[in-house]
Amino acid sequence: MSIFSKYDGLAQSLAAVTADGGRNPFAVVIDRPLSSTVGLIEGRETLLFGTNNYLGLSQSEAAIEAAIAAARTHGVGTTGSRIANGTQGLHRQLEERIAAYFQRRHCMVFSTGYQANLGMISALAGKDDYLLLDADSHASIYDGSRLGHAQVIRFRHNDPEDLRKRLRRLDGTPGAKLIVVEGIYSMMGDVVPMAEFAAVKREAGAWLLADEAHSFGVMGAHGRGVAEADGVEGDVDFVVGTFSKSLGTVGGYCVSDHDGLDLIRLCSRPYMFTASLPPEIIAATMAALDEMGRRPELRHTLMDNARRLHAGLNAAGLRTGPQASPVVSVILDEVDQAVRFWNRLLDLGVYVNLSLPPATPDQHPLLRTSVMATHTPAQIDRAVDIFATVAREFGLMRPAAASA
Amino acid sequence: MSETVADVSALIVQTLLANPKVPRDINGSSKIVEDLAFDSLAVMNFVMEIEDSLDVSVPLDRLADIRTIDDLAACVVSLKQAT
Ligand SMILES: Cc1ncc(COP(=O)(O)O)c(C=O)c1O
Repeated sequence: MSIFSKYDGLAQSLAAVTADGGRNPFAVVIDRPLSSTVGLIEGRETLLFGTNNYLGLSQSEAAIEAAIAAARTHGVGTTGSRIANGTQGLHRQLEERIAAYFQRRHCMVFSTGYQANLGMISALAGKDDYLLLDADSHASIYDGSRLGHAQVIRFRHNDPEDLRKRLRRLDGTPGAKLIVVEGIYSMMGDVVPMAEFAAVKREAGAWLLADEAHSFGVMGAHGRGVAEADGVEGDVDFVVGTFSKSLGTVGGYCVSDHDGLDLIRLCSRPYMFTASLPPEIIAATMAALDEMGRRPELRHTLMDNARRLHAGLNAAGLRTGPQASPVVSVILDEVDQAVRFWNRLLDLGVYVNLSLPPATPDQHPLLRTSVMATHTPAQIDRAVDIFATVAREFGLMRPAAASA
Repeated sequence: MSETVADVSALIVQTLLANPKVPRDINGSSKIVEDLAFDSLAVMNFVMEIEDSLDVSVPLDRLADIRTIDDLAACVVSLKQAT
C-alpha cells in the first residue's frame, strides 16, 4: 500500500475538477505581475481580481527602493531565529513602528501571519484554559488551537449571542477564556460585529484576540482595523495580523498593551523555532507602512472600488454576500459549474480565486473576488462585464437582472 | 436532569435523520465519519446542533476519540454530569 493511498479521494476530486480539460485551479502560474492590477498569465495580460494586495503596495516604489537599500547594507537573510542570532536592529525597529501605528505598548513580529496565529493562540491558551473560536475561523486559527493544549469550543459564525450562551455554560469553571474572531472574513468578506463581541467579552471577564489580517489598512480611520472602526480597541487584548495583504510583503505580528507579551517570546514555538524575517522584507514593510499612513485616500478609493464591484456583480444577476467589502464572493451552487465559470473567466482575462467546500462556509463553491485601491473604474467595469458575459453563457442570470 | 446514554443516542439519531442526505438505517453503533460520510467540518457542524439541543459544549479535542453515535452520546452525558 502506498503512503499516498489515503489521498485517493483527494486525487479523484482533483481529477474531477480538471476532467473536461480545465486547468488545475490550485496551480495557476502568474508568469509575472505587470503592475499591481495586471499580471501575465498563460502569456496573456490578465486583470488580477483575486489577490490580497488591497492597497496595491506590493508594487510600491518606496518599498522596492527600501528593500534594495536594505539588501545592500544588511544582506538578504538572517539565518537564525528571533531568540538566537535572528534579531537585528531592523526587527526591533519594525516592532516599534507597528506598535506605534496601533498605539499599543508591545509588538512581536513573526515570520508569517500563519505563524503569528499559531504562535499566539497556542501559547496564550494553556492546558486549563478555554479557547472560543468562530466557526468560520481561518485554518491558522484552528491549527493554533491544535498546537496548544486548551479546550476548544466553536461558536456560530459572527454570532455574539451564541458566544454568550457558550460562555455561560463555562460559568464557574477555572481557567482563562480566550475568544478569537477575525476582522473581515476572507472567504465572504463579511465584517465582524466587534463592538458586540467586546461587550460579551467584558461581561464574561474573558480575553479577546482579533485577527485583523484582511482589515488592517482597510477598516478604521487610520487603518487599524475593525476594532478601530467600531471604537473598541481598548477591549481587544491582542491584535494579530499579517504584512502579506494590505502591506504587500510577508510576515505577521501581534500587538498588545499587556506586558506579558514579552514572555510569549520565550514559549511560542512558531516564534522560536523558525528563521526571522530577512532585512529587505522588513525594510519594504516599514516603507509600505509609512505609505499606508501617509495616504489615507488609498482606503477611501478601495472602499469606493469595493462598492462598485459589489453593485456591478449584483446588477449582473450574480449572488454575492450582503456587504460591500474588499472581498466580494460570487456564490454558486455546484462545484462543477463553479470550476467551468472560473476557467471561462480566466480565458476571457480575469483572474479570481476558486474556493471549494469544505474550505467555504455553507458548502457552497465561491468565486472569491477581491479589489484593490489601484484598480481603475474601467478595470472594474471590464471585470463585471466579463462576469456578466459568462453568467449569460451559463444561463445564470437571476430573473430580476435578466429582464433589466 | 439526567439523560441516559440511550436517551441522548436516540436524540442524536433523530437529529441526524432530519438531514435527508443521511442514510436511513443508522443507529447508535453507526460510525459518524464512515457510515454517514461526514467530513471534519460536517462533523463539527452537526455536533454544534447537538450541543444546542442539550445545552452542553463539547470541546473539539474530545471529538478525536469519538467514532460512533453512542460514543458521542456517552461523551455528552459525561460532560453534563461534570457540570
Ligand atoms: C484570516 C487570516 N489569518 C491569517 C492568515 C495568514 O497570513 P499569511 O498568509 O500572511 O501567513 C490569513 C491569510 O492567509 C488569513 O486570511
